[in-house]
Amino acid sequence: MRRYLLSRMAQLVPVVFGVVTIVFLLIHLIPGDPVEIMLGESAVAAQKEELRRDLKLDRPIAAQYAEFLGGLATGDLGVSFRSREPVLREILSRFPATLLLAAASLLVAVSIAVPLGILSAMRRRSWLDHLSAFLAMLGLSMPNFWLGPLLILVFSIHLGLFPVGGYGTARHLVLPALTMGTGMAAILMRMLRSSLLEEIHREYVRAASAKGLSRRAAVLRHALGNSLIPVLTVLGLQFGALLAGSVITETIFSWPGIGRLTIQAIDARDYPLVQGCVLFIALCTVAVNLATDLLYSRLDPRIRYE
Amino acid sequence: MSERGPASRGRIAARFLRHRGAAAGLAVVAALLLVALLAPLLSPFDPNAQDLDSGLSGASASHWLGQDKLGRDLLSRLLHGSRISVSVGLGTVAVSLSIGLLAGCASGFYGGRTDHLFMRLCDVLMAFPGILLAIAITAVLGPSLRNVLIALSLLGWVGYARLIRAQVMKVKEMEFVESARASGSPPARILVSHVLPNALSPIIVESTFGIARAIVAEAGLSFLGLGVAPPAPSWGAMINEGRHFLFVAPHVAAVPGLAIMATVMAFNLIGDGLRDAMDVRD
Repeated sequence: MRRYLLSRMAQLVPVVFGVVTIVFLLIHLIPGDPVEIMLGESAVAAQKEELRRDLKLDRPIAAQYAEFLGGLATGDLGVSFRSREPVLREILSRFPATLLLAAASLLVAVSIAVPLGILSAMRRRSWLDHLSAFLAMLGLSMPNFWLGPLLILVFSIHLGLFPVGGYGTARHLVLPALTMGTGMAAILMRMLRSSLLEEIHREYVRAASAKGLSRRAAVLRHALGNSLIPVLTVLGLQFGALLAGSVITETIFSWPGIGRLTIQAIDARDYPLVQGCVLFIALCTVAVNLATDLLYSRLDPRIRYE
Repeated sequence: MSERGPASRGRIAARFLRHRGAAAGLAVVAALLLVALLAPLLSPFDPNAQDLDSGLSGASASHWLGQDKLGRDLLSRLLHGSRISVSVGLGTVAVSLSIGLLAGCASGFYGGRTDHLFMRLCDVLMAFPGILLAIAITAVLGPSLRNVLIALSLLGWVGYARLIRAQVMKVKEMEFVESARASGSPPARILVSHVLPNALSPIIVESTFGIARAIVAEAGLSFLGLGVAPPAPSWGAMINEGRHFLFVAPHVAAVPGLAIMATVMAFNLIGDGLRDAMDVRD
């Protein structure tokens, strides 16, 4: 296991290096002078020079890159040019809110997907299977930025059950978590259904049934565990998509996480903060993907011995 | 597996049309394409013409779907918005698929160092989840249709390239390719005439889902104010404008929301139908 872990970590080095390079280059993609765009045309020359020095844009690009890498090694992502706070501190102060929302969304997704996936696989081609397939298609076709306002319209405005936005109590969490979790539930449900259908027809499940176990017990006790392994991979991969999706959901519900911080930074043209947010989300995704791989190899030993 | 001929294509078409969802999806997409093509003729009003006195009005005889905050006709904006969705959906897939074809074929067919470099590049680009990189790119480049296309294609090609690489690697080991090689066909001809035509099924299926993904991504970017520049009637931007008036005028957000949902569902149904008809496994 340790050897597998080390080899996976070694594979990650060029990925992290590439991600950091792309994020570094972002600010250099800005057409024209980034300093002028950030400060506006009315800024005086002294202000521009000061910001150019702060962002180290007055130095050769190779030196800027070396300094960027050096800063990262010590956890220095630069300074937000609006708030003058270190970028990493701003991000870390918002991270718990995003993590809470992502975890709640995962819970919503799993709570919907697992029972529906099992039922539709066990009762294939029944009305329940067709209904689940329809709901999954609906979930896949409904983007966050449409589902969010729809949930607000029904549950906040008409029924008055949940607040339209904000943060602080469990009631604030429900609608954003439903918004982010529904699409993921659809993906997981379809995945679990097809994975379970494949397992149900394997010999060991038939053998369990032949020994007198009821079909339900054979499926739940034997087939389900194995069919969950590929689902877990999708779950891990979707976590990164959840973090990216938080940009839209947090904007709709005024949820004070990294997604909203990213949009606020974009609106303020605070590019060091935009860079920091994008880098942080990408590196979190890389870390979660690694964790998923490791868990997968733990559950299915064939992977690490290949 | 053998090479796919016209008879096989006929069977696929018949199987596809028997899929009720896929046939319904095809009808919706055909209608969407027609609407996008004829939007200037079908629209009752100029999509950007304002009538501030009747802002947020509901459906009426002259404005069938009502009006937005600035009194612009929602039906006209919806019809013109379909052009943006269709252009981004088809444009992104065309660009991504072209790059993906070149990269995937080179990587899968020739292997070696090209393949190694390609896989590492894919790993890097795939570390940016969802539309995160597109958000970052449009944030620095500024909102415009061209920049949306650039941002979505820059990331979109990776999935196609990986899929094409995997398909090419699988097909190139098959017997009919071996015999083409033995008969002295040059590698480029083997790739174009024998390998690619037999690797296409999953690529066609994935492209259909890709159109849906690109439409959602464009609408998402426009929702955030990073997509097509206003006052262009992007469906995503229309939802964003409408969500501030959910209490007094829910139709302003509902109309474009339903349009996006129907369009995305139609492409997803077509994708599902093609996957079943072509017998492509996930």
